[in-house]
Amino acid sequence: MKHIVPAETSDDEGEGLLVRRIKNGTVIDHIDGGEALNVVKILGIVGTTPEALSIATNVPSKNMGKKDIVKISNRELSKEEVDRIALISPKATINIIRNFKVCEKQGVEIPTLIVGSVRCPNPGCITRTNEPIKSRFEVLPEGKGLRCLYCDSVITKDLTSYII
Amino acid sequence: MSFESAMARLGGTSISVSSVEACSMAKGETLADTIRVVSGYADAIVIRHPKEGAARLASEFAKVPVINAGDGAGQHPSQTLLDLYTIRQSMKIDGIDVALVGDLRYGRTAHSLASALSLYGVRLHTISPPGLELPPSLASTLTEKGMEIVAHDSIEEVIKDVDVLYVTRIQRERFPDSTSYFNVASSYRITPELLAGAKKHLIVLHPLPRVDEIDPRLDVSPHARYFEQSKNGVPVRMAMLLDVMG
Repeated sequence: MKHIVPAETSDDEGEGLLVRRIKNGTVIDHIDGGEALNVVKILGIVGTTPEALSIATNVPSKNMGKKDIVKISNRELSKEEVDRIALISPKATINIIRNFKVCEKQGVEIPTLIVGSVRCPNPGCITRTNEPIKSRFEVLPEGKGLRCLYCDSVITKDLTSYII
Repeated sequence: MSFESAMARLGGTSISVSSVEACSMAKGETLADTIRVVSGYADAIVIRHPKEGAARLASEFAKVPVINAGDGAGQHPSQTLLDLYTIRQSMKIDGIDVALVGDLRYGRTAHSLASALSLYGVRLHTISPPGLELPPSLASTLTEKGMEIVAHDSIEEVIKDVDVLYVTRIQRERFPDSTSYFNVASSYRITPELLAGAKKHLIVLHPLPRVDEIDPRLDVSPHARYFEQSKNGVPVRMAMLLDVMG
């Protein structure tokens, strides 16, 4: 018999569910506490949206203390979106839901190279012009930030504000 | 000018585009397109551009070798090669003490030289006005490579200890008014009196052009090597051109 995992269930949600299950879409779990709105921003949802969207912030978590959860219906994330989420919440897990079942579950992985997702903080950088290029950042080891491969500027804090 | 001179001495010719107005960029053409076009006209491209990373972009679109001759406040690697050559004419580079003076935040020659010196076990001394210190990201990278960097408040503090005094121009536009500029600039001026207690073999370098940073009385001093340094730009750039096109 196939075991069906309810979309909203996780080991950290012992006290019950805050929002309804979704039929199709993505559940992003184990987001660092307080980062859910930034994840939503990464998904490009900044104004009117046709999708059903649920956001839970600072939910008690056994493993993380506090965590956030974002559920978005009728949408599966692209690799670029997952990469960007990894930058601000490296412990996040992505659950793809189809017909109320978790069909895929994966952790995010911080990439070594970020292309086109982050704006260089240096106003004098060539990537801040109308040239036909995408920004490119090397992810520095040990969480030391991102380095622009064009101008060598390093982003060490407030990364979210630079995510495109 | 030194790249043009180098090319001429190698027996080649050069096409110079010295301003945006002189090319299609004035009509709104991107640098990427300009580079694609110029790639068809020349065997190598030497680019100096006000934006950081412009040379890297050019290298991505060019079909011919690209040499970075300065990108905004970023890097100036060809200057660094001639700086190293000039130092090497006087002393071994390994393990010496080098002081960088002036605008170290926006001074691309200082950035490139500091990076190169980190390969030689050099101890770096920095003297710069507040707000014009070495960019923290660069300082951090150099420190991680094992370079010792010591910041000083004045040149007097360190003049007796250094083997090379590398002076860069402090640009007037970095200051809110002329008075602030002159106050700061005068405290970073190199004079013969300042060098009185320096090591005998100390050399003073400057990427030129200078404005008020070096007293002209110093020009005849055996410490002064900046004009020789400038002259070295030609053979060093000849070598670079030969290397990429030979």
